[in-house]
Amino acid sequence: MLSVKNIHANIDGREILKGINLDIKPGEVHAIMGPNGSGKSTLASVLAGREEYEVTEGAVSFLGKDLLELSTEDRAREGLFLAFQYPVEIPGVSTTNFIKAAVNEKRKYLGQEPLDAVAFLKMMKEKMALVEIDQRLLSRSINEGFSGGEKKRNEVFQMAMLEPKLAIMDETDSGLDIDALRIVANGINKLRSPDRAILLITHYQRLLDYIHPDFVHVLYNGRIVKSGKKELALELEEKGYDFITDDIDLTANQ
Amino acid sequence: MKEKPDTLEQAVLTEYKYGFVTDIDTDVIAKGLNENTIRLISSKKNEPEWLLDWRLKAYNHWLKLEEPKWANIKYPIINYQDIIYYAAPKPKKQLNSLDEADPELLATFEKLGISLNEQKRLTGVAVDVVMDSVSIATSFKEQLSEIGVIFCSISEAVQLHPELVKQYLGSIVPMTDNYFAALNSAVFTDGSFCYIPKGVRCPMELSTYFRINTENAGQFERTLIIAEDESYVSYLEGCTAPMRDENQLHAAVVELVAHTKAEIKYSTVQNWYPGDKNGMGGIYNFVTKRGICKGDHSKISWTQVETGSAITWKYPSVILKGDYSIGEFYSVAFTNNHQQADTGTKMTHLGKNTRSRIVSKGISAGHSQNSYRGLVRASKQATNARNYSQCDSLLLGDKCGAHTFPYIEVKNKTAIVEHEATTSKIGEDQLFYCKQRGIDAETAVALIVNGFAKEVMNQLPMEFAVEAQKLLAISMEGSVG
Ligand SMILES: Nc1ncnc2c1ncn2[C@@H]1O[C@H](COP(=O)(O)OP(=O)(O)OP(=O)(O)O)[C@@H](O)[C@H]1O
Ligand SMILES: [Mg+2]
Repeated sequence: MLSVKNIHANIDGREILKGINLDIKPGEVHAIMGPNGSGKSTLASVLAGREEYEVTEGAVSFLGKDLLELSTEDRAREGLFLAFQYPVEIPGVSTTNFIKAAVNEKRKYLGQEPLDAVAFLKMMKEKMALVEIDQRLLSRSINEGFSGGEKKRNEVFQMAMLEPKLAIMDETDSGLDIDALRIVANGINKLRSPDRAILLITHYQRLLDYIHPDFVHVLYNGRIVKSGKKELALELEEKGYDFITDDIDLTANQ
Repeated sequence: MKEKPDTLEQAVLTEYKYGFVTDIDTDVIAKGLNENTIRLISSKKNEPEWLLDWRLKAYNHWLKLEEPKWANIKYPIINYQDIIYYAAPKPKKQLNSLDEADPELLATFEKLGISLNEQKRLTGVAVDVVMDSVSIATSFKEQLSEIGVIFCSISEAVQLHPELVKQYLGSIVPMTDNYFAALNSAVFTDGSFCYIPKGVRCPMELSTYFRINTENAGQFERTLIIAEDESYVSYLEGCTAPMRDENQLHAAVVELVAHTKAEIKYSTVQNWYPGDKNGMGGIYNFVTKRGICKGDHSKISWTQVETGSAITWKYPSVILKGDYSIGEFYSVAFTNNHQQADTGTKMTHLGKNTRSRIVSKGISAGHSQNSYRGLVRASKQATNARNYSQCDSLLLGDKCGAHTFPYIEVKNKTAIVEHEATTSKIGEDQLFYCKQRGIDAETAVALIVNGFAKEVMNQLPMEFAVEAQKLLAISMEGSVG
């Protein structure tokens, strides 16, 4: 579904991603972990098509298409979803209207009729239950004045509404209280399906207690330095990143 | 990797869809302005002596005035001798009904989206259409006259209801009020007249559609609305013009009178040709609009959606004379490319317990300049006067400007005046968030702008709110990459 080959990316001339390789198949859940500033969000942004980042080398194919040739909005319409680490506030635009526009833009792209009000509301109700989101949030301007946890929940709600093929979730677990974490994680689990892949960016094992990843990768200094099964996350939790990164820094310095 | 330009910085390219010219036989007088021009206009309109005298007085006063310079707008000197002051589509014969009108003319209105026949049948909106200098057709006249509502062109009113015109014309905007009002008083050619008798709630929207067609023609319309005690009327005006490289002048005067417990709701969707993306051409829109809440408990509400014109100079105002009277001003002004708008309102509180509310939403894109200018004044007698003003500006890109000039003059200690202002900008972060959800930049900006302008749009009558929203969307086309 997603194949990332040797991606290098710069911002303001500084290289942040230094050759990323990653293969994700339908139905799989991959977790990416790594210290602050290692490039996790940058990778997510590059895949989603944020224009500030310049891809200098490498290729990405998504569902058989050259991802880097697609515009940001077309990537989304093709089924790539990014749950933002820092969701953006848009004053004056209600969450409902925003999501409706998103759903219908995607339908238009796929040659489908826009959803009518009844069908849309029905879908909203269904997905609201999935993440137990408060209806009152949805009539407010999107993300404006939302608490940290509400913003994250709203991201997962949008993911549910947009039914992506690949969902990249950038620290969706941070800022959630214990109950919310469980609810959101369960919501994500319900969204798992054989034709949907999920890329989880996280710092914490506790999310992976709920959502069991098929693979865990460690991103360090712009490279994936170690990949493994879900046990790798447990090991990291126990030993910290040092047990991997010390080695790497050593080799780099030699 | 391709070099991708900053989406918000991309220049603007909007096709103005009303920019066509109607090829129609037109009665045009020579360019230039002097006493004879005014005599000619007056005689073409078969006006009574008093009106000609009034015009001449206005003209002679105008000669002594200078163009106002205080607004935040820049434009080359206007040559008033280079303008045609009267242009009228020639009727093939005297029209008895609309069905006999020139098909070319009817086709024009179809194109503008105001099929008079359709309007007649479907929406129940009475329409008066003014092309260049004269009123072409007014629909629904008979039904309205049954309940005593007069809705006709001002030229007709001069002939049929001279006593009303004489009583009210210039009573709210005196001919000496300002440069453009004096000019209008001298050369006004047509416009709408509405009279709502005591106790009548006008059952339909009254609407006038203004169009400048002839090259080098100015449009100087005059509108007068009188609402007697306990009456109600909702009135809407729309405007368009062909695309031309020269600037064209539009200087209108609108006067409203609300007697005791009467209410006038006046809505404008202004879409004069704004000029091209380099600032070439476009309408200079210098308009004086003022209403008086003459009686106690009366109310006047101005709502405007301004998307057109190269220059807008316009301050719809309310004089709150009656006790407990209410004045409102709701405005969305969108400027793009090289448009300049200096617009706002004046609320003059004279009566006790008078209230006013101002909501102004300025949206600037491209290289445009958008200024809000407002004056709230409470006189000594205006005990317990209240005003609330809110002025919000939204910037699209960083080459445009938004400015706010609120003036407050309060002479009564019990008066309370509140003013709030915000400025925001559509950021790249917001656009990326939208695009990541599959919403392209243009749609995203439209969503954000509509959300921003919602409070004002909600004030428009239903049928027009939809139109106005479409118009806003069209005006914004291409304002982002
Ligand atoms: N817009 C930007 N301008 C300058 N530097 C940037 C920008 N975006 C990212 N960086 C830098 O790139 C590096 C990687 O940042 P990134 O946000 O991808 O880290 P991360 O792995 O997501 O970290 P965290 O765990 O803290 O979220 C950091 O050093 C960051 O400062
Ligand atoms: Mg991050």
